[in-house]
Amino acid sequence: MAAVVEVTGLRKEYAMGSDRVYALRGVDLTVQPGEFVAVMGPSGSGKSTFMHLIGLLDTPTEGTYRLEGQEVSHLSTDTRADIRGRRLGFVFQAYNLLPRTSALENVELPMVYAGVSEAERRRLALEKLALVGVPQLAAHHPNQMSGGQQQRVAIARALVNDPGLILADEPTGALDTKSSQDVMRLFARLNDEQGMTIMLVTHEPDVAAYARRIVTFRDGVIIGDAMNDRRAA
Amino acid sequence: MNLAATLRLALAALIRNKTRSMLTMLGIVIGVAAVLVTVAIGVGARTSVQQSINSLGSNLIVVQPGSVTMTGARSGLGGASTLTPDDGLAIAKLPGVAAVSPVASFRTQAVAGDNNWQTSVNGVAPTYTFIRSWPLAAGRFFNENDVASAAKVAVLGQTVVSQLFPNGDSPIGQTIIVKGAPFTVIGTLQALGQSGLGQDQDDTVLIPYTSAMQRLTGLTTVNVLMISAASADEIDPVTARVTALLEQRHRIVPPQTDDFAVRNLQAIAQTASQTGTIMELLLAGVAAVSLIVGGIGIMNIMLVSVTERTREIGLRMAVGARGASILRQFLAESVVLATIGGVIGVAAGGIGTLAVAALTHWPTTIPFEWILASVGFSAMVGIFFGYYPARQAAQLNPIEALRFE
Ligand SMILES: Nc1ncnc2c1ncn2[C@@H]1O[C@H](COP(=O)(O)OP(=O)(O)OP(=O)(O)O)[C@@H](O)[C@H]1O
Ligand SMILES: [Mg+2]
Repeated sequence: MAAVVEVTGLRKEYAMGSDRVYALRGVDLTVQPGEFVAVMGPSGSGKSTFMHLIGLLDTPTEGTYRLEGQEVSHLSTDTRADIRGRRLGFVFQAYNLLPRTSALENVELPMVYAGVSEAERRRLALEKLALVGVPQLAAHHPNQMSGGQQQRVAIARALVNDPGLILADEPTGALDTKSSQDVMRLFARLNDEQGMTIMLVTHEPDVAAYARRIVTFRDGVIIGDAMNDRRAA
Repeated sequence: MNLAATLRLALAALIRNKTRSMLTMLGIVIGVAAVLVTVAIGVGARTSVQQSINSLGSNLIVVQPGSVTMTGARSGLGGASTLTPDDGLAIAKLPGVAAVSPVASFRTQAVAGDNNWQTSVNGVAPTYTFIRSWPLAAGRFFNENDVASAAKVAVLGQTVVSQLFPNGDSPIGQTIIVKGAPFTVIGTLQALGQSGLGQDQDDTVLIPYTSAMQRLTGLTTVNVLMISAASADEIDPVTARVTALLEQRHRIVPPQTDDFAVRNLQAIAQTASQTGTIMELLLAGVAAVSLIVGGIGIMNIMLVSVTERTREIGLRMAVGARGASILRQFLAESVVLATIGGVIGVAAGGIGTLAVAALTHWPTTIPFEWILASVGFSAMVGIFFGYYPARQAAQLNPIEALRFE
């Protein structure tokens, strides 16, 4: 089975006026199916930049990227959008649920663009809401939910197209300790029970402790990559 | 996403901002309503002019005395008294002429018993009712013998009938006094109603032109010669022939201007409808401008909406929306907005048209094509002015959009 993520020599430069910012300076990383990777590192070390490239929200300046065996570093905007919708799931720090829209419809959204039929959308969305433990919130709007509940709905949305990889950039950044634990337990359970491949960025060791593998960035390169043998539960 | 789903989504987004959507629509509503009322007025005015022209008689050509320049100062049209009944008789012999009648008219008091009425007395020929397509209501019209003998006979319009014979007696056989002379009523005319200029056409007494000229006024000239061409195709040739004949009879040679004017109603109608068309174009221009202003309003609000929903756009892109889907979504919103505005505008225009109809008594109607066209045009305004904001949305960078505060 092909690696979910296989990047080599990944570089990303930004032009800031006449200066150049080297956000990533050659990153190599392979993630196998079923892995749960926490990405750590100081602020400005390139974690988010890396997640954007892995999530096909941006293209690298240099380097190769194979996603589930397919070379994806130089695809058209539309093709990248299609792959994002079908093979990747995103969880954001700010949840990013559509306001004044029910949880059910929020979860259905990726399927709308993937061309899933309405009845099927509804069935799958309800199924995923149940899977993340908030089936009772289907009709609720985001402003009627706690942060933890919103993040669960967002995770259901990320899961709904059965992606090969879930990407989460500081998913607990806006949550209190209790909600953070709940959300991380959910990720761990999805990884254990569903074999879901997950990569998440965090600053907090407590959060990273739920992952199986911890990758550390500094100044745009990976300086540490180790298995986590003391997993939190 | 299919079209129905896209439109439903657009509608939902607009309903979420009800007040704003409504205010944005207003420009289109006013624009469309203005266009429709304009068109309805134009159509109504034209129909009304056409109706009153038709009511004057078919294929009518009118000869009026022209201006005179003998004293140096030109008097207005009709200032010269040059047309005679003999001119009329000569015209009657021209090819293509179906009938001619001189009209010698003056205003005076008509008296019957205790009743009197200020009215317009017209000395005309027996052909007059034919030329004016004016049927009799009762009795008979005067004939060539009456003209030859300058008979003291009269035919009354309905207004005069009701004023002089208010108790409903048949006026036929009764005597009326006109300028001191007794005339026997031999017939009455059917009611014609108001002319296009608002005159009561039924307020008239018709007598033989010989009687009018010889017995009452003593004049040798008449006010107007009315000619009926044999067919609509003959109107222009007859107009030319009449002009040539009268120039010859009045001994007018080139540098001199004609002392008469030959007009046909088609020309008058054309002038009227040209004036109408210009007015209509002006009003339509104003209406079109207000539609464009409405469109700019839509563009403005769509740009605001794109900015407000930047994160939503970023999120949609992250979960698989292509630029084209985003473009379609926003375009659908502006098109739905503009089209609903157009439909409301049609309704408002319909109400406005009814109001105009009630005020003017014109037969105002909105042609169905115009209703379709205005709704279609509204949709196009939505596309045109919605495209730029929608494209802005579609070209957003998802990362920046997701980070947008
Ligand atoms: N769009 C951009 N234009 C210019 N420079 C950028 C851009 N995005 C990121 N950078 C720069 O790239 C570097 C890496 O940024 P990145 O957001 O990946 O850091 P990070 O590790 O996610 O930090 P944090 O923990 O604070 O989120 C930083 O120096 C940042 O200023
Ligand atoms: Mg970051």
